[in-house]
Amino acid sequence: MDFNLSREHQLVRKMMAEFTENEVKPIAAETDKTSQYPRENIEKLFDLGVMGMCVPKEYGGAGADPLASAICIEELSKQCASTGDIVATHNGLCCDPIIMHGTEAQKAKYLPMLTKGHKVGAFCLTESDAGSDAAKGQTEAKLDGDHYVLNGSKIFITNGYVADVFVVFAMTDKTKGTRGISAFIVESSFPGFSVGKHEEKMGLHGSPTAEIVFTDCIVPKENLLGQEGKGFKIAMQTLDGGRIGIAAQALGIAEGAMEEAMAYTKGRVQFGKPISKFQNTQFTFADMAMRSEAGRLLTYQAATLKGEGKRFTKEAAMAKLFCSEHAMLTTTKALQMFGGYGYTKDYPLERMMRDAKITEIYEGTSEIQRVVISGNLGL
Amino acid sequence: MKIIVCVKQVPDTSGKVAVNPDGTLNRASMQTITNPDDMNAVEAALKLKDATGCKVMVVTMGPPPAAGMLRELMAMGADEGVLVSAREFGGSDTYATSQILAAAISTIGVEDDDIVMCGRQAIDGDTAQVGPQIAEKLHLPQVTYAADIQKDGDTVTVKRMLEDGYMTIKVKTPCLITCIKELNAPRYMSIDGIYSTYNKPLETYDYEKLKDHPLIDATTIGLKGSPTNIFKSFTPPQKGAGMMLEGADKETCEKLAGILAAKHII
Repeated sequence: MDFNLSREHQLVRKMMAEFTENEVKPIAAETDKTSQYPRENIEKLFDLGVMGMCVPKEYGGAGADPLASAICIEELSKQCASTGDIVATHNGLCCDPIIMHGTEAQKAKYLPMLTKGHKVGAFCLTESDAGSDAAKGQTEAKLDGDHYVLNGSKIFITNGYVADVFVVFAMTDKTKGTRGISAFIVESSFPGFSVGKHEEKMGLHGSPTAEIVFTDCIVPKENLLGQEGKGFKIAMQTLDGGRIGIAAQALGIAEGAMEEAMAYTKGRVQFGKPISKFQNTQFTFADMAMRSEAGRLLTYQAATLKGEGKRFTKEAAMAKLFCSEHAMLTTTKALQMFGGYGYTKDYPLERMMRDAKITEIYEGTSEIQRVVISGNLGL
Repeated sequence: MKIIVCVKQVPDTSGKVAVNPDGTLNRASMQTITNPDDMNAVEAALKLKDATGCKVMVVTMGPPPAAGMLRELMAMGADEGVLVSAREFGGSDTYATSQILAAAISTIGVEDDDIVMCGRQAIDGDTAQVGPQIAEKLHLPQVTYAADIQKDGDTVTVKRMLEDGYMTIKVKTPCLITCIKELNAPRYMSIDGIYSTYNKPLETYDYEKLKDHPLIDATTIGLKGSPTNIFKSFTPPQKGAGMMLEGADKETCEKLAGILAAKHII
C-alpha cells in the first residue's frame, strides 16, 4: 500500500497552494464580507484547467483523476471555502455526471463549454419538500414532441445565479417513485428557465446559492441525461462523488483553521510565554493534526477508489462525515485559541467556523451519511 | 526559433541557510525554489511562445534533484529541459558555471533567430555574472536588466531598467537577455501542463557529454578549478526591526534628523 502522492499530485498541490496563497487568501475576507462571487479567480481557475480538470482531454479537460480534484478543493478551501465549493460543485456535480452518463453528442457539446468555454456548472436536485428525502421531488418533465417541458423549482442550488449549465432532476412519471425520476442537461438560456431567490446564508458567502425556477421550460429531447427513469441512480452516484469534494473542502477548512491558530498561538504571549507552549494548546493541536491525517487518508482513499473505477459509496460517506465533523470541531477549537479576537472579523476564524457548518449539511447531512455507511455494513 | 532559458535551483531564503565546511552552501539540507529572476525569464520566454509558437527550452546546472524544478517549468509551458549534472561540475563558481552552461547551450545549438534568457542574478550568490559570461563565451550580444521585451522579426527591443532610469536597446538575434522581476508576473503551472510534463523530453548532459567541447577547460571547472575562493561563509546577524516615521512635515523631518544625530550618523 503506497500512501505517497504521485509526482503529478505533488505538483497539483504545490501549484494550488501557490495560487491559494497569492490569489485566494488576499480576497477571502472581502469575498465573505461583500458576498461577492469571486469571478476573477474562477476565470483564472478555468485558465489553469482546474475547472473541469477531470474532463477527458478530447473534450477540453486535462483528464485528471478525482484525487487531483480533491487536492485542489482542499488547498483552495484552506483559505476560502466558497471558492472550494464552487470548484467542487462544477467538477463533481456537473462535469462528472455528464462524463459518466452523457451521450457522445452531449459530451461533445457540453464538456468543452465547461472547460475551455469557461461556462460554470450546477446541479439541481433539492426542492423545498425534498431534501434528504430526495425522491419526493415535485418538479415535472413532460415529453412534448421533440422536447420536454419542465415545471417546478429547485432550492439551495450552488452556483445558481452564475451557472450556465445545470444537471436537473425531474419526475417523468410520478407513479413510479424513484424510477420515475430522470436527469436533464439544462442551459440557463433555455426558454422558461429563471433564477429565483438568492439565499442569504450563514457562511459560504462567496458561493452563489439560489432558487432555480422552471416555468414551461423547454428542454430538447436530446438533453435527457442517461435513460428516462434512471435519474435517481444518476443523482445518487453523482452525490457519492460529490461527497469526496465536500470531504476535501471540509478537510481544507480544518487545515486552514489549524494553520491560522498555529501562527497565532506562537505569537500570542500570555502569562509570560507564547500560548503555543501551554500543554493544553499543544494537546489540542495534536488532536487536530491526528484528525486531519485520518480525514486525509479517508478522503484520498475514496478519491483513489473512484479513480480506479471501484465502488466507493461507503468510503466517500465516511470521508465526508468524518471531515465535516472535523472541520466544525477544529474551527470551533481554533477560534477558542484566539479568545475574543477569534470572535471578531479581524481574524478569519469566525468565517471559517461559519463556513464549516454547511459541510455537515449539504450533499447529504451527517445523519444521511450514517444511513449510507450503516446501509453498507450488511446489517 | 527557440528560446533557451537558464535557470537555477536556489535555497528558499525564507528557511534556514546552511553552509558546508568548505564554505559552499549545503543545498541538500535546505528547501529549494527556482531562482525568482529566472522565473521572470521563463515567463518572458513563455509569453514569446504564446505570441510566436516558438520552442522554449529550460537549462539548469545542478544536482539530479534539480530535474524536479525543470519538470515544474515544463508544467508551466516550457517544451524541453536539459539538466547539466556531473560530480566534476560540483562547486563551480560563476566563471566555471558559465563555461559549462555555454558549452551546454552550444551543444543544444544557437540558431540565428534564437534567444538565450537568464535571470539577472541568483538570490544565493547575487553576482549577476553568469548571464553576461555565457554571452561572452558564446559571442552573443547581451542586454541586461530587461524590464520589457518586444520582438519584431529578428530585432528584439529591450527596455533596460537601471538605477537612474530606463535605456531602450535594439538588438538582433541571436542574443542573450537577462531579466528582472519588473518584467512580468510568472504564471502558475497548469493542470494540463502538470499532466503532460513527465512526457516532455528531459535530457541530462553529464561530464562525458561536454568534456570534449572546445568551451570546456577541464582545469577551470568544478570547485578545484574555480578561480573564486571562499574564505568564510556565515549567516549575518539579524538586523533590528527598524523604525518607521510617517509624515512629510517639518516636525517629522526634525525628529528624523534628531534620531540620526543622536546615533552620530549625521
